[in-house]
Amino acid sequence: MERADSVHQGDVVIAIVDYGMGNLHSIAKAMAHVAPGETIRLTGEPAVLAEARRLVLPGVGAMGEAMAELSRRGLDVALRQLIPQRPTLGVCLGMQLLFEYSSEHGGAAGLGLLAGKLRRFATPGLAVPHMGWNDVQPKHGEHPLWQGMEQGALFYFVHSYFLEASAPAVAALSAHGTPFGSAVLQNNIFAVQFHPEKSGPAGLRLLQNFVQWQPAPS
Amino acid sequence: MNSPHPGNPPAGPAPHGATPQHAPPWGVVRRRLIPCLDVDQGRVVKGVRFNALRDAGDPVEVGRRYAAAGADELFFLDISASHQARKTMLHVVERLAEEVFIPLSVGGGVATVDDIRATLRAGADKVAINSAAVADPTLIERAAQCFGNQCIVVAIDARARGDGGWEIFTHGGRRPTGLDAVAWAQRAVQLGAGELLVTSMDRDGTRTGFDVALLRAVRSVVDCPIVASGGVGELGHLLEGLKEGGADAVLAASIFHFGEYSIPEAKAFLARHGIVVRL
Repeated sequence: MERADSVHQGDVVIAIVDYGMGNLHSIAKAMAHVAPGETIRLTGEPAVLAEARRLVLPGVGAMGEAMAELSRRGLDVALRQLIPQRPTLGVCLGMQLLFEYSSEHGGAAGLGLLAGKLRRFATPGLAVPHMGWNDVQPKHGEHPLWQGMEQGALFYFVHSYFLEASAPAVAALSAHGTPFGSAVLQNNIFAVQFHPEKSGPAGLRLLQNFVQWQPAPS
Repeated sequence: MNSPHPGNPPAGPAPHGATPQHAPPWGVVRRRLIPCLDVDQGRVVKGVRFNALRDAGDPVEVGRRYAAAGADELFFLDISASHQARKTMLHVVERLAEEVFIPLSVGGGVATVDDIRATLRAGADKVAINSAAVADPTLIERAAQCFGNQCIVVAIDARARGDGGWEIFTHGGRRPTGLDAVAWAQRAVQLGAGELLVTSMDRDGTRTGFDVALLRAVRSVVDCPIVASGGVGELGHLLEGLKEGGADAVLAASIFHFGEYSIPEAKAFLARHGIVVRL
């Protein structure tokens, strides 16, 4: 793994988008674990992202603040252009950012690359954030991204806002009082609400599947 | 996961026409079991023993074993006081994060937003703050704004007051504050705590079980996850904390460290008593 501030040589194979929010290090370490020998960079430079063959958009925190950080760094424009062109993995807030709108803090627009909306969990008696291990049911379990996973594998979630289950790109469902979209897949974009980098062997397998994934040209 | 597994989500029909066939119910967030490790100068103290294996006291080795045994998260409490030891702890976290791919929480002596940033950068997922948050509650707010609520755990050390309430103590339970524990819990969540680690200082180390009344009192005023801590001496105590106390997670040290019970034994016990856990 190489950091943005280190000298690097060769192609940037996997770029993890660094926009100054949250903990990008866990995902970087997990990617380094499943892709040894690959060049992995944490970077907020649009030019470096443009060189990368794969993008990872992580993130935790609030959508409005994340979008403000992305636009302050010119990354909103860059990502809208780059994401549709290469295999991209969104994780947690990084998944939510791909969508049109979240009701977070009175309403915030996302990158708008996928159709759908997010709202806050509000089931009486259930803790918010939704924090812990929960089920994930893929719609198409035979898809390469889900290969090699134990049946009934659980994944680790931490989030307060959820994607409506009816969004067109939804590729897996989970529930916390209400069903919601826990993974989305559209052309070369794959994104998950849970944290594969914190979900033990099943999560690492999912990351490995992403690293090897060759989506059909759209 | 090659074929959709059966289940019964609590709200609405099961996805894709799946029918409920087996426990645990589908789509229920699992209650968490979290081993806690005290670390001093980069070494696990109090000793840890896995069955016949004696552990060398390397936190990375211990963390890896607990993760492999099915721990849902790991909590590392840095009990060393010096600035130099904090750096040692960050190295430990870095090494852990390279090998252990479950959530890692770190607490002990975290005083500033910069401390939190450094701990997260090292690879921690959550950072617990205690005395510093009591001294300056805006730390919770500033930290949550910088890093998101989900990684800010406010640790609450409370002692029963004798009038049915509880008082917050800081500095490892030595310093009284006059603050009401339940009111402080509510305030901490309003300021941005994403999780509360609630420790009864009366019970800590006694092996007589959690202070269930304290857990219930905190549960009644906050909707964020609560981790129960302090006093576990047997598996029934874990069940009490989750069932009677309404905690989302239970933290325990000695019952696991000395090999009295394994993580799988504890989870099997909880599952037999109707708690939905990750087996």
